[in-house]
Amino acid sequence: MEFLIASAIGILTAAGIYLVLRLRSFPVILGVSLLTYAVNIFLFTSGRITIGASPILQKDVTTYSDPLPQALVLTAIVISFGMTAVVVMIALGSYLGSNDDHVDDPKVEPSETEDAT
Amino acid sequence: MSLFLVVALPFLGALLPGLMNSAGRQACAGVTFTVTLAAFIGLLTNLPAVMAGELVTARADWIPTLGLNFTLMLDGLGFFFALLILGIGLLIIAYARSYLAREDNMGEFFTYLLLFQGAMVGIVMSDNILLLLIFWELTSLSSFLLIGYWKHLPAGRQGARMALTVTGMGGLAMVGGMLILGNIVGSYDLSVILQSRELIQDSPLYLPALILILLGCFTKSAQFPFHFWLPHAMAAPTPVSAYLHSATMVKAGIFLMARMWPVLSGTTEWFVIVTTAGLITMVLGAIIALFKHDLKALLAFSTVSHLGLITMLLGTGTPFGAMAAVFHILNHATFKAALFMSAGIIDHEAHTRDIRQLGGLRTLMPVTFVIATLAALSMAGIPLLNGFLSKEMMLEEANHTVLFNTPWLVPTLAVVGSLFSAAYCFRLIGHVFFGPVRDDYPAKPHDPPKGLWLPPAVLVVLVVAIGVAPFLAEPFVKLVTKSLLGTAAEVPKAYFKIWHGLVPALYMSIAAVVGGAIVLAMFKPLLRMWDATPRPEAKVIFEGLIEAIVKLGQSIIHTVHNGAFSRYAAIMVVTVIAAGYHAWTTGAVGEATRTLQPAGPVAIAGWLMLVAATLGMAFLHRNRLLSLVLIGIVGLMVSIGFVFVSAPDLAMTQITVEVVTIILMLLALNFLPNRTPVESTVLRRMRDVVVAVTGGLATFALAYHYMLREAVTTPISEFHLANSYKGGGGTNVVNVILVDFRGFDTYGEIIVLGIAALLIYALTETLLSSSVRAKLLNRKPDQPRAGNQHPMMMVVLTRVMMPVVMMVGFYIFLRGHNEPGGGFIAGLIVSIGVVMQYMASGFSWASARLRYPYHGVIGAGVLVAGLTGIGSWFVGKPFLTSDFTYVRIPPFQEFELATAAAFDLGVFLAVVGAVMLSLESFSRLARRDKTVENEHAFDIDPSRDDPPEPEPIGQKGEV
Repeated sequence: MEFLIASAIGILTAAGIYLVLRLRSFPVILGVSLLTYAVNIFLFTSGRITIGASPILQKDVTTYSDPLPQALVLTAIVISFGMTAVVVMIALGSYLGSNDDHVDDPKVEPSETEDAT
Repeated sequence: MSLFLVVALPFLGALLPGLMNSAGRQACAGVTFTVTLAAFIGLLTNLPAVMAGELVTARADWIPTLGLNFTLMLDGLGFFFALLILGIGLLIIAYARSYLAREDNMGEFFTYLLLFQGAMVGIVMSDNILLLLIFWELTSLSSFLLIGYWKHLPAGRQGARMALTVTGMGGLAMVGGMLILGNIVGSYDLSVILQSRELIQDSPLYLPALILILLGCFTKSAQFPFHFWLPHAMAAPTPVSAYLHSATMVKAGIFLMARMWPVLSGTTEWFVIVTTAGLITMVLGAIIALFKHDLKALLAFSTVSHLGLITMLLGTGTPFGAMAAVFHILNHATFKAALFMSAGIIDHEAHTRDIRQLGGLRTLMPVTFVIATLAALSMAGIPLLNGFLSKEMMLEEANHTVLFNTPWLVPTLAVVGSLFSAAYCFRLIGHVFFGPVRDDYPAKPHDPPKGLWLPPAVLVVLVVAIGVAPFLAEPFVKLVTKSLLGTAAEVPKAYFKIWHGLVPALYMSIAAVVGGAIVLAMFKPLLRMWDATPRPEAKVIFEGLIEAIVKLGQSIIHTVHNGAFSRYAAIMVVTVIAAGYHAWTTGAVGEATRTLQPAGPVAIAGWLMLVAATLGMAFLHRNRLLSLVLIGIVGLMVSIGFVFVSAPDLAMTQITVEVVTIILMLLALNFLPNRTPVESTVLRRMRDVVVAVTGGLATFALAYHYMLREAVTTPISEFHLANSYKGGGGTNVVNVILVDFRGFDTYGEIIVLGIAALLIYALTETLLSSSVRAKLLNRKPDQPRAGNQHPMMMVVLTRVMMPVVMMVGFYIFLRGHNEPGGGFIAGLIVSIGVVMQYMASGFSWASARLRYPYHGVIGAGVLVAGLTGIGSWFVGKPFLTSDFTYVRIPPFQEFELATAAAFDLGVFLAVVGAVMLSLESFSRLARRDKTVENEHAFDIDPSRDDPPEPEPIGQKGEV
């Protein structure tokens, strides 16, 4: 089980990094989303893996999974929605404004730089 | 009056002129005058105590752990400076009332002036050097505003910038010096520091501290080589120049040297640095002043010269030098302020300050003539005026000062300085007031109204009174000198007299005055020589220096920060991996202690789907719609995974968030091109693969090692498990942590979420009010529209389901405290229910039924959560302390009432509002022109009859 989770984190991270390094905004956003999954799961595993022991208190049960990382990850999931929405909006605004969804600024000629100052 | 009040009055009063601006100029100036007068009287109430030699203090702790306390003290020295600041301030305010033109914003001016005044009073009364530094920086900032008051003049802006740069840099150096000083002594309180002379002077850090502090003083007081900013600050309105450069700003550096005199002076380093800088400044300033044609520039350089004189006197380190310095500070403040105001009068009446265009004003402006002449003669050192007395003392002191083992050096230079000083004073009188009356003045000069000549006249009365009867000033000057010297030395016995007999100082004085007259007689040839000599122009050098620094900064920024996001991302990833590798190779890893959990076929199947979808995204990401489908699978598998590893709350959150995220991405994809073109080279993609795979392997290794070992320290989760029911009244520990144990975190998080939603709303508004709007309205859809915009089956289904969804949401919300659920999840579920209505029945239909705007819902959520937290204050508990009780209302069973539920309600509302506001903003972009807004849910889109031309693949979305 641990191996499956760790490898899932690794694969999500690798795909996320690859997509973040792309040149257009949409893949970059998807890449960030994949990285978000990876980070959330990683944070969750800091409570270690326990199967069949939800942190819901019951009589005569003494083993529970760690509730603290769960609480932290729960808010992280919701916040990451807010963050994704803002980033998508910025990407959309930039595309609609310039008809260009490259994430890199266009190369500036040295002479233009001097004019800009 | 309490010292706090004296310092606070100008700051509090600074609000008034701005407020009174519309009440008229008289009210504006009146209120400023009253505030200053109140502070002045408040200061005077402390005079008896100061005269008795007591130390008046006021103390309030600010940040005691840092040694920063709001402690004020008033001794003779501080009283003397505060008296100058507030007293001359009163005259300046009266003068400025008449001086400022109708188009100048008087409220703004007086607000700046009061801010500056308060900061200056703060400097001279601080008992804590950190507090002093704060006031010191405040004077730099407020003087920047004052010097640049005429924002429309380039010279004003440049002068203000130069002053801020130079004094600000000096201020930074002084921060360092003061911190070192505080470190040596072990206290930041001046009263302690002033008692620690031996400790400081024996410390190896004495020299660095001295140099840094002197840098601050020299830049502020315009000592060579930092003197160049002062003349450029003359672009300010004349009242500002008169105030800043006679009694206040430039005297701050002098004040600090005087304040630190008991502990810093007396060493060779102090003597050499301070005396040399003072001497050079004095001579250089006097020579340059003679050849300036602008009246204010002449006065500016004469100020530089006189500041040099005072600095030189402080540098000698003898009690007599210190007393002469104090006396000259007083005299210089009186005659220089009067002269600046006279220059302002001439400028005001003749519309020029250029000496070459003036002359013969004696008969045209008799009052101004008398005032300016008396003040200028005092500056030249003519007997029966106060300047003569302190200049005599200076020459006397110079006679006993030996610098660089050359006995004649200091006396000679002192005479040269006095000589040129006399020469420019004579030039000021001779070339402006004497000579023939001209007929080519820019304006017909005449004496100004009382408001302008009365303030300088008051000062000239002082000039003459002290000059004729020096014994009047003697007790006060000696009192100030006594507090300046502290315990380091005795006050000298010398008496203030006009006639000391035929002493060397008198001969030197006569030589200077006669020499000055001779120099003026030869002024024309000398000026030709001066104009022919090449000189470095300080402003050009300064601007060049600034430009070079800007260029350097730009070249660094343009290289490092070239706008290529993917490069930054790559650098970041590689750096993190490298840091991780370093930690891995240098740290130690313990033995694996945990046993592996078994994984059944279901888990493996889920893993396979997750991996397949993730890899699919990496390979097929160019088809954007497909990659959205794939990321949906990833999200689903992650949700299921959470169920598997005992995290039901997370699973529910993840799956609901997944739904809204996918809807959001779909809305965005509606506008974006639906394919990503191939642009990067194979080499580049290989590089990215290498980076990505390395990163993936690293996180895999980290996570795997992590999971096989127990935590290094005992987790605090045991506490939460043990207290969840007892203290929080809930059995769902995750929910109790969210709404109770870590409620403050959650509170912050819903605020962040709300801000994110508002940001999206604001960006949408910006887009819709820009040129993008027209583009959006006339956008051609890139795929044929469905004929039935709102399919009947979907409309019916969503409407039937709506009550059910609401019920589920309500249920999830209520049970959240004890079972998986809670405000976050319920909020997401309800949002999905509402979004379904938008999707099925259309934007207009849904928004017409919207009763509360989503901003309001977010606000209500944050408010409800906040008020719940505040509620605990009323029972004397800290913010967000929760409480619960069990009640039984027949015929129901006993149930629990918890304040945490009210908090969770706030979370619920904030989540609903934030999610809905984001999605609604996105869909507002999608509305097009010339489409009939649907009034009924089941309508047919007529534009279907005219399907758009299909476009070639690859160019879609680029319209």
